[in-house]
Amino acid sequence: MTTAESAASEAELPVPKAGVSIGSRPLDDDFKTVGNVRVNDARMSCTDVNVFYGEKHAIKHVDLDIGKNQVIAMIGPSGCGKSTFLRCLNRMNDTIDVCRVSGAIALDGQDIYDKKLDVVPLRAQVGMVFQKPNPFPKSIYDNIAYGPRIHGLAASRVELDEIVERSLTKAGLWDEVKDRLDQPGTGLSGGQQQRLCIARTIAVEPEVILMDEPCSALDPIATAKVEELIDELRENYTIAIVTHSMQQAARVSQRTAYFHLGHLVEVGETTEIFTNPRHKLTEDYITGRFG
Amino acid sequence: MNDATQNRRRAIDVVNASLKKRYAREARFRRIGLGAVVLGLVFVSVLFFDIVSKGYTAFVQTHIELEVFFDPAVIDPEGKRDMQEIARADFRKLVREPLRALFPEVKKRNEKRALDGMLSGGAPYQLLDMVRSDPSLIGQRRTIDLIADDDIDMLVKGHIDRNAPPSDRRVNDQVIGWVDTLTEQGRVKRKFNSGFFVNGDSREPELAGIGGAVAGSFYTLLVTLVLSFPIGVAAAVYLEEFAPKNRWTDLIEVNINNLAAVPSIVFGLLGLAMFINLFGLPRSAPLVGGLVLTLMTLPTIIIAARAALKSVPPSIREAALGVGASKMQTVFHHVVPLAMPGMLTGTIIGMAQALGETAPLLMIGMVAFIVDVPGGPLDPSTVLPVQVYLWADSPERAFVERTSAAIIVLLAFLIAMNTFAVIMRRRFERRW
Ligand SMILES: Nc1ncnc2c1ncn2[C@@H]1O[C@H](COP(=O)(O)OP(=O)(O)OP(=O)(O)O)[C@@H](O)[C@H]1O
Ligand SMILES: [Mg+2]
Repeated sequence: MTTAESAASEAELPVPKAGVSIGSRPLDDDFKTVGNVRVNDARMSCTDVNVFYGEKHAIKHVDLDIGKNQVIAMIGPSGCGKSTFLRCLNRMNDTIDVCRVSGAIALDGQDIYDKKLDVVPLRAQVGMVFQKPNPFPKSIYDNIAYGPRIHGLAASRVELDEIVERSLTKAGLWDEVKDRLDQPGTGLSGGQQQRLCIARTIAVEPEVILMDEPCSALDPIATAKVEELIDELRENYTIAIVTHSMQQAARVSQRTAYFHLGHLVEVGETTEIFTNPRHKLTEDYITGRFG
Repeated sequence: MNDATQNRRRAIDVVNASLKKRYAREARFRRIGLGAVVLGLVFVSVLFFDIVSKGYTAFVQTHIELEVFFDPAVIDPEGKRDMQEIARADFRKLVREPLRALFPEVKKRNEKRALDGMLSGGAPYQLLDMVRSDPSLIGQRRTIDLIADDDIDMLVKGHIDRNAPPSDRRVNDQVIGWVDTLTEQGRVKRKFNSGFFVNGDSREPELAGIGGAVAGSFYTLLVTLVLSFPIGVAAAVYLEEFAPKNRWTDLIEVNINNLAAVPSIVFGLLGLAMFINLFGLPRSAPLVGGLVLTLMTLPTIIIAARAALKSVPPSIREAALGVGASKMQTVFHHVVPLAMPGMLTGTIIGMAQALGETAPLLMIGMVAFIVDVPGGPLDPSTVLPVQVYLWADSPERAFVERTSAAIIVLLAFLIAMNTFAVIMRRRFERRW
């Protein structure tokens, strides 16, 4: 049973069971997001985005802007649709047969769901770090070099070497792997693999980076490194990060969006959201009452 | 609180109570599995033992050592050393004479004929070949091991019962006496039967070999491999990665699965109607055989290749697409290389199937009696399993061991191919 279904059947009970928080009840379909979804200099702009997995309505009427040179954190309970929404932003959902996306998502004013739009340059521009580390079963070097190679970003082998080193250093992995670049990326530990994937993504220098729980498998030291990287990247890039850690959201992001069962419940300045949440669900979630 | 824990049985007690039963069930299951494996192995080893015990003697051939005089008066009376003339010379006389000289007491015509018949009809050609490669032999005397007739071969190998009534055996007492005399003189030799591996088919068992059939199988499989691997892999890649998922692709999928189950003889009929009658390709040719076997193995390869492509985790595709690879790059840089071991395994299994296939090849005339070893995919030829089928039908005792020997060779090829498939899979298997 999916989260939504179980929530629905619980909602139909005449007397709420003890311990079931109000938070597991679905919101009305015409729910309006609390807070200002628009920003002045939006890099990406989403309007009335709906996502269906077959019959399942996974994202419901979401409007959201992603500001230039900003980090936006997406938080919410498991299964609320954070990954799904993030994957809409570089059309990764195209690869799922049953998935349908409606609404408008624009990158610099250009609709990315336009029939004529080529997804290859889009994905080169909007890079992604996936929730589960997915290195290629190739060498560490080739993992990083693959993107620059297919896009022709490096004119020479030396340049490619530089890109590999720079990307791995930024992802905080260089010191650990510099002596074994020719060994398979799949032989690294889970956390190392995740940093390898981060390095692979930044190697093609995307302008927008989507990160789906990039630190879920990392220890505090590696996490700190990645957060540092995010902070550094923010100067030139736009970043959307999904995280289950409130502290991380508070540390790295300027704006925070709270999702709940497919709805975007509340969005606002991170400091606002964490100190003064306006919606009851947001408050319950960030104070740890459910989620 | 205390009451509750006392009234409720502790879970670990329940677990302990059920343990014995669980282990018994497990042991029972293991014994049944082991039994099945042992039974299977017994059947296989009985089969192998039977074939090998019948067939191994075919790998040696009885020869009779005789001192042959390359008589210039017989070979080249005019002394011109013209090979075409020489080829027409009566070499039978040359092999006949030393044998008759050993048994001067033989005078009657039919006895003489029986004595001559101890040597194979191929023995004169042995001499001819020697002269061909070295004409200076003419006029010299040489001790040569001449191929014995298949009946003598069988007698020497003990396949003919000496105590059976003379009417029931193919060699009479007189011949047995001669063979024993020759054996005492140390003239009867058993040598490795290299002719079995290089000769084509023959009516004379001692001259018959699998060389022609092996070459025919080789050309047939070559055509099959060259066609079915690229076509099968391309079809699988298209269907799995690029084809829109709709009713048409479902229909194609169902039909491919159906084709895999079509009796192979139907493909033979199709080949006869299409390739031979319609396109006018030659009968009995490995090319046509290869085309027919391509039709037959394609479904196997496509199904295996699709399964291999399906088993590549979607996360790898997402990773490639995520850095901006196009669909085509994703497929050919990542998915196909990862699926390659599976595809190769499927292909080799398909090839092994094709190697053992007989029925469809009968339909396209590869069952003809062909003496020459084919030199290319357009020459008429037969294939190993069909050779087995042909020999199994022959009445001579000597063909029985040759049939088994041919089966041994066929099985050796099959085992080698399957082992190769397993090694490939082990070798290239990757983990993610
Ligand atoms: N491929 C899919 N097919 C069908 N349903 C899916 C698919 N992927 C996700 N869903 C459903 O969509 C909803 C949102 O899933 P999503 O992965 O976006 O959640 P999430 O917020 O990222 O959760 P988590 O924090 O656990 O990663 C879930 O109810 C899930 O069951
Ligand atoms: Mg997720």
